[in-house]
Amino acid sequence: MLRMTSSLAREIRAQGEAAYPNECCGALLGLWDPEGVREATGIFPIPNARESGEQYHRFVITPEDFLRAEKAARAEGLEVLGFYHSHPDHPAAPSDYDREHALPVYAYVITAVADGRAEAMTSWRLSPDRARFDPEDILI
Amino acid sequence: MAVTLFIPAALRPFADNKAAVILPAKTAGEAVAALAAAYPDIQQHLYEPGGALRSFVNLFVGDTNIKNADGLNTPVPDGGEVTLVPAIAGGCL
Ligand SMILES: [Zn+2]
Repeated sequence: MLRMTSSLAREIRAQGEAAYPNECCGALLGLWDPEGVREATGIFPIPNARESGEQYHRFVITPEDFLRAEKAARAEGLEVLGFYHSHPDHPAAPSDYDREHALPVYAYVITAVADGRAEAMTSWRLSPDRARFDPEDILI
Repeated sequence: MAVTLFIPAALRPFADNKAAVILPAKTAGEAVAALAAAYPDIQQHLYEPGGALRSFVNLFVGDTNIKNADGLNTPVPDGGEVTLVPAIAGGCL
């Protein structure tokens, strides 16, 4: 389960709308408990590093940007819990491409943005054998 | 010579859930090798079968990506920080 405040959820949705028709991306910062509930307390927006012609269906976070997110989290005693991105004019479900590029443990939050308006927001975890993404509840 | 190696959340289950470990090392490569020696379960996630670092594994010494320095031979000062950083990507189709 992933817990977040309603204002944080609004920020993520607003970023998806602002990036439309491209994909937005960023890191989720919060408290990391290996066994229990993850609580996202902030986001770290990251510019989509894919070439502009591909951003409508792809995002990349460079290692340099990931390091900036790690350091921002560390400075506040938080952790990078996972990542969020948007699906412009596609459902809030992970694609095969998402799964092939995902890592276990992290929460992957996906916001569907239809016609410029944020709709469903979902969160997913990669199974340890990488075979599938399992949905997890977002508690707002 | 001791350095601090920060481990991303995705790899912590293979390192006793530790966020950071202090290891003896003088280079970035020695730091990762020391991590793999201390936690053998993590090895398969860091290295290709041939012994090269996996493509999604990036290493920073301080703020310097070792790809822009001497690779695994990039020196780490005593008390320095090494951070393991995975590459992250995705998309909707
Ligand atoms: Zn996606």
